[in-house]
Amino acid sequence: MTLDVIVQAQGPIPLDIAFQVEPGELLALVGPSGSGKTTMLRTIAGLWQPDKARIAVQGQLWLDSATGFSLPVHRRRVGVVFQNYALFPHMTAVQNVAAAIDHLQGAARKVEALRLLELVNLHGLEGRKPAELSGGQQQRVAVARALARRPDALLLDEPFSAVDRATRDRLYTEIIALRAHLAMPVVLVTHDMNEAQLLADRLVVIAGGGMVAAGPTGTVMADPRALHAMGIREAAAMLGAVVKGHDADGMTALHTSAGPLWLPRLDVVPGTRVRVRIMAHEVILSRARPEGLSAQNILVGRVVELLAGDGPAMMVRLALGEDVILARITRRAAQQLALEPGDQVHAILKSMSVARDHIAADTQP
Amino acid sequence: MDWTALWLSLQLAGWTVVILLPVSILMGRVLAYRKFAGKGLVEALVMLPLVLPPTVFGFYLLVSFGAASPVGQFWQTMFGEPLVFSFEGLVLASVIFNLPFAIQPAQRGFESVPVEVREAAACCGMSPSRSLWTVELPLAWPGLLTAMVLTFAHTLGEFGIVLMVGGSIPGETKTIAIAIYDRVQGFDDSGAAIMSAVLVAISLVTITLTYWLSARVGRRLG
Repeated sequence: MTLDVIVQAQGPIPLDIAFQVEPGELLALVGPSGSGKTTMLRTIAGLWQPDKARIAVQGQLWLDSATGFSLPVHRRRVGVVFQNYALFPHMTAVQNVAAAIDHLQGAARKVEALRLLELVNLHGLEGRKPAELSGGQQQRVAVARALARRPDALLLDEPFSAVDRATRDRLYTEIIALRAHLAMPVVLVTHDMNEAQLLADRLVVIAGGGMVAAGPTGTVMADPRALHAMGIREAAAMLGAVVKGHDADGMTALHTSAGPLWLPRLDVVPGTRVRVRIMAHEVILSRARPEGLSAQNILVGRVVELLAGDGPAMMVRLALGEDVILARITRRAAQQLALEPGDQVHAILKSMSVARDHIAADTQP
Repeated sequence: MDWTALWLSLQLAGWTVVILLPVSILMGRVLAYRKFAGKGLVEALVMLPLVLPPTVFGFYLLVSFGAASPVGQFWQTMFGEPLVFSFEGLVLASVIFNLPFAIQPAQRGFESVPVEVREAAACCGMSPSRSLWTVELPLAWPGLLTAMVLTFAHTLGEFGIVLMVGGSIPGETKTIAIAIYDRVQGFDDSGAAIMSAVLVAISLVTITLTYWLSARVGRRLG
């Protein structure tokens, strides 16, 4: 069920983008607003028709401008979560979901709609109209409705942008958990690099209608071209960890493959696997193990690669146990430390530099 | 009290509404959603009956329905009777004259359905016709209701057009408004007063009912 997308539009919105998404894979289209990422999503759904494009899902053609073929929107098995959800205001939550179910009739349809609402943790709220639901609850109805058709492709258009930070945090966890049930390709459009990094397997970075970088999330996040488009301060890497326990002073102890890590209290049970987003500009490197330092986390790693950009800074890829993180240091510092690939260094991570919404549950075993 | 005239007026208003309902759904939807060349002209043409004096409009309809006109000749050969000064001719004139009252509110009704809600309907696998029945009409119906009530009330009270196209044939084209005029002309002030009061009552009840229904819908949609 691979989703195969090629778009080469001249205008009115110039686009030159091509990618493939495998079944069960989540690809994030990231880039600044106005870069064309939402237009890409609308093209896949059939809501926008560029002058030159080809879209196919598992060999089934949805759009081929070369032959003039275009499957109407309602005939494409697609699930879309809109930015403002676009729920049907006159229908209850369960009616909204049932409206998108076309493979079942009557009572079976309602049973399936209720099952989907339960899947998105909305049990008991099925009788409410959208206006009687909070933003986060509306988003969950929208997700359930998008899944109701058993779509061949799931499209998420900035689905977390209209909710507050705390709700977003919970919804991330739910989406990560939900992915175990999803066998179709998923495309997420977002301008939020944290969101993309927490949720996506692969990234396509778009700027001005063109592809700047594409590849596995970890690789793209270290790509200077991608970072140029996204803003260098977004450079970050994911560090896997297991929650060990909570200390009396409000800190949570975690275990990484490179050693112990302490973070401000996380409300998760010990044993939970998490992924922590480590911002590259927050990492300090040291040759010797520093003494008398306020920073709580000192992990020993090995330099994998040094990437110089145009400016005074450079990016160091650092192997920490099984993970690779990024450290953004000045070129001058790299010279003073005489860093070379293979060298052992200490990475210093300030506990308080990790924001709560930069930590996501990890469902992968 | 001229019950025949009242019944005729109600029939005329009823038929006008029945014919204009599908027309206003079709036209209102197209004008609300589509962009096409000449859309401004179409909208202006629809609004024309609103600004023209009914006698002027009635005169043109009389000419175009007459036995010498293509429409009149077609009608004559099809049904064997003239279109002018008949109930059918009156209905046709009323339908045309009420286009702005029916289409304009219907268009506003369809415009009130957000674009992304319509897109969501398509992305949920709804064909255009299913989207119309399950999403658009339930959301646009206050506009359609207004359209139909305005059309009904306006037809009940229409005078100029009816006189020009229908004349004043009892049981065929003599509506309540014409009957009231006749009574006044014949110095039957009490008869005119009763009929006028009945017309006011019917109009008031219709409009009140509409407001009440709209308010209920407003509450239902939160």
